[in-house]
Amino acid sequence: MSARASSLRAFEAILAKDLRVELRTLQSVPAMVLFAVTTFVLFRFGLDRSELSGSLAAGVLLATVLFAAILAINRLFVAERDEGGFDAIRLAPVDGTALLGAKTAALVVYLLLLEAIALPVFAIFFLDSWAGLAPVAGILALTDLGLAATGVLVSAIAANTRARDLLVPLVLLPLLVPVMIAAGGAAEPLLANGGPSYDGIAKWLGILALYDVVFLLVGYAVYDFLLED
Amino acid sequence: MAETAAVQRESGRADPRATQPAIALAHLWRDFGDRTALRDITFELGEGETLAVLGPNGAGKTTLLRVLATLLRPTAGDVSVLGCALPREAWKARGRIGYLGHEPLCYRDLTCAENLRFQARLHGLEDDAAERIAGLLDRVGMLRWAGELVRNLSAGMVQRLAVCRAVLHEPELLLLDEPHSHLDPEAAALVEPLIGPAPDRTRVLVTHEIEAGLAEGDRVLALRAGGAVAYEGATTGLSAGDARAIYGGAL
Repeated sequence: MSARASSLRAFEAILAKDLRVELRTLQSVPAMVLFAVTTFVLFRFGLDRSELSGSLAAGVLLATVLFAAILAINRLFVAERDEGGFDAIRLAPVDGTALLGAKTAALVVYLLLLEAIALPVFAIFFLDSWAGLAPVAGILALTDLGLAATGVLVSAIAANTRARDLLVPLVLLPLLVPVMIAAGGAAEPLLANGGPSYDGIAKWLGILALYDVVFLLVGYAVYDFLLED
Repeated sequence: MAETAAVQRESGRADPRATQPAIALAHLWRDFGDRTALRDITFELGEGETLAVLGPNGAGKTTLLRVLATLLRPTAGDVSVLGCALPREAWKARGRIGYLGHEPLCYRDLTCAENLRFQARLHGLEDDAAERIAGLLDRVGMLRWAGELVRNLSAGMVQRLAVCRAVLHEPELLLLDEPHSHLDPEAAALVEPLIGPAPDRTRVLVTHEIEAGLAEGDRVLALRAGGAVAYEGATTGLSAGDARAIYGGAL
């Protein structure tokens, strides 16, 4: 079997395993959803505003998704570390990037599930028009890829440290500043008062896509070294 | 014992291994920071042979096994496993080694069958995997637990599952770290045909059962606390009493 075929097979196996375990244990996605909804409630009463638009709306939405993502990123390699998954995978004739790809894909799935619930809740709490929601969902999907590519790398680095819960946000949040700026810049006109506008979002989408590609390539380049002793 | 006390390596023995050795170690060192776990380990093991590894806690037995399994890099020295120089050619050796360590390497939130199916997919055994998985579970008396989550199993059952995982891909080399841990005599007898001595099975067996290790092994590597070699050679060159003395630090 070729290296590519074995990597693809391992990617599918690890992704299916992660999704099966999540479906069975409900450890990550429900916590993320609960966190996001609670955060929206806090923003709603903390800001004392029933309606948000523009940069403030984009900021509330993206900050909530970002912090909810950290809950899942912290847990991403727990089973691999505690139950010997790292060793089991390294004993098999598979490329380490299969694990990277599978974990990235699993995190993207978790984030999409989160957003499928959190975005309508956000709209109910803060928006008078739902017209900009569909394009915002597209921007969130691009953001998810950046969050996942970076989050998996940081999570893998932190997996074997005792200060994992501290290390992940400490390292990850600064790395994600460009994603937040670009996603915020793209989402702001879509959530503007008086309906969505598409002026100037192409530039931000380009930056977001570039960030995604860069961090996926960085992961591909260094991941085998991260897994090795 | 006085005679064997000075023996670091058996000398002048006839080498029964005409072919390339399955394992060849030359001056292997492994450090963890300032602490040295393995000191200048040198030995060869031929295909189909069993090496019994003895030594007290902290002697580096598990570290040695993890180096051979490609899970740890040597700090210094030459390591060849199944003809692959480690760590450079680790990727060529992986998939040919069956490793049964202290951890079962099974996911607690998957069932026994799901764990083995996962392993089978990683090792590219999808065509006849279902049949082989059922056969292995049956042989270790776990077929009726195939659909049970691993977290619900006893330690002995998990160990039996771990044996199935280690041999699922029919490895050329078995690395066994106290393989009978948690197993009652009946369960130990069930797993024996899968991991016990066999003419075409190369094994490295870490054990504290001295008599059993010496009986099963063709060769023995006895390590002192601190990772230095106390004895390396044919099992016939080391008595059970001398082996016990290594545990007490007398040898």
